[in-house]
Amino acid sequence: MNELTLETMIAVFEEMFGRGLFWVMVAVAVVITVAYIYVLVRDRAMSMRKFLWAQLSMPFGAIAAVLFVQAITDSGFRDIGGPVDLIVLLGVAALGAGGLSILVYTAQSLLRGKETS
Amino acid sequence: MSELMRVATSRRGFMGLGAAGLAAAVAGSPAQAAKVATKAKIVIIGAGAAGTAIANRLADRLDGAEITLVDGRKQHLYQPGLSLVAAGLKPAGYVTSQTTDWLPSGVSLVAERAAAIDPEAKTVSTEGGQVLAYDYLIVAPGLVLDYDAIEGFSLDMVGQNGIGSLYAGPDYAAKTWQAAQKFTEEGGVGLVMRPETEMKCAGAPLKHAFLVDDIANRGVGSGKYEMHYAAPQGSLFGVPIVAEKVRMLFQDRGIETHMQHTLKSVDPGRKRATFEKKTGDEVSLVELPYDYLHVIPPQRAPEVIRESGLSWGDKWVDQGWVECDPQTMRHRRYPEIFALGDVAGVPKGKTAASVKFQVPVVEDHLVAAIEGKEGTATYDGYTSCPLITRVGRAMLIEFDYKNNLVPSFPGVIAPMEELWISWLMKEIALKATYNAMLRGKA
Repeated sequence: MNELTLETMIAVFEEMFGRGLFWVMVAVAVVITVAYIYVLVRDRAMSMRKFLWAQLSMPFGAIAAVLFVQAITDSGFRDIGGPVDLIVLLGVAALGAGGLSILVYTAQSLLRGKETS
Repeated sequence: MSELMRVATSRRGFMGLGAAGLAAAVAGSPAQAAKVATKAKIVIIGAGAAGTAIANRLADRLDGAEITLVDGRKQHLYQPGLSLVAAGLKPAGYVTSQTTDWLPSGVSLVAERAAAIDPEAKTVSTEGGQVLAYDYLIVAPGLVLDYDAIEGFSLDMVGQNGIGSLYAGPDYAAKTWQAAQKFTEEGGVGLVMRPETEMKCAGAPLKHAFLVDDIANRGVGSGKYEMHYAAPQGSLFGVPIVAEKVRMLFQDRGIETHMQHTLKSVDPGRKRATFEKKTGDEVSLVELPYDYLHVIPPQRAPEVIRESGLSWGDKWVDQGWVECDPQTMRHRRYPEIFALGDVAGVPKGKTAASVKFQVPVVEDHLVAAIEGKEGTATYDGYTSCPLITRVGRAMLIEFDYKNNLVPSFPGVIAPMEELWISWLMKEIALKATYNAMLRGKA
């Protein structure tokens, strides 16, 4: 590639998902992250109870993310061909795990409120 | 806890990047130069990948220029997707959009075919009788598929009796899959070939052979089918190191090759294809049987180009590609004319990836000429081919005029390795990048 600038990346992502959907997805990610930071600041502590559920959700997030990518690309585990493929696979899994755990933690915090015990 | 915090930190970092991107997008690119004011008349023949991309970029760079696109076709085709359609992986609609979807405001479209170019008088005439005068002309009409050169073949055969031809367009690519699918389910002899002329994406026949072989292997199963590949050339790919890799892969898959074989005629009733075989100076005719045959015809510059006197006089005389400088894409006899894409008389370079790298070069030289300066950008022949080797894997092959490999991601994505990540790029990122290129953004 001749020029892989941020602007090019944004243009490519806009084409990939459609301009509207892409920015909606960015907005959703921003909202969840802001909400996560908000509950951390509000509670001034991590709740181990909520975090346990968040941790338990991680493998589901990881597996779902990998299966999703495979499903939309007509490919499977047998197509892993080199080290970079393993890194991509683990990266997708990590994103799914991290994303879902943050979502689960934040959702619990917002719905159940601050723990008093 | 620390793990979650680490994820959170990295996620925040990622979002920070997103926020920076948003800021950059809102502010506009700081590198963007001021628009050049001009009254120049620029005519672009062809609204394919090259014509559309250069129209968008020139509309961005110039203020007041009269930019006219000439193309009679209403449909825009994302041609890199045809291989996927012909393997049943995408529907025909995956590759089609409207020409007008991609045009910037301020560019006028003459929805007619160009009928004649007069480089001395600097005019382009259309089939409807319009005469367009130009100061600068960009020729990017693509190429024509010379199916008549193959005796016994006609396009209405595609999809029946085991005949396919994915180059002919989205509907033919879908019909090609009908014929190929039957073969992958029932077995027999599959025969894929390439023509003797220069061609669009020389990797495409290889991809089709690999894909059909893979699907047949998972379908009817090994032992029930044979794959054959015939080519007029002496090697499987123009870049020697890639040719060797493909030779090894073909050997590994059991795909039999017939080199120095040029397709001359097809007998659909008997399911036989006749090839002219060269052995030294000797020429003989060879008949090969098939249950599935994929035809790619010889390819030439459109008649309007061949009759305009813009073609090379001493090279590709049977094909008529435009005589342009390989580094600047500028016509060697008419400096106000540039060639882009398939029609350009440069070695290799008939791919969308080539277009992506040629367009900024022509933009640079054309805008410089308007300003009374000399352009500095050069095109080194870069092209790339995500060479699909089966459903789910591809090799990301990038090379230049000198047959050097020029990997974009050295040390990360190995060029000669069959990888999932290269397949992901082909399936997810390529069309998006192509569309961004059409808009002049990539």
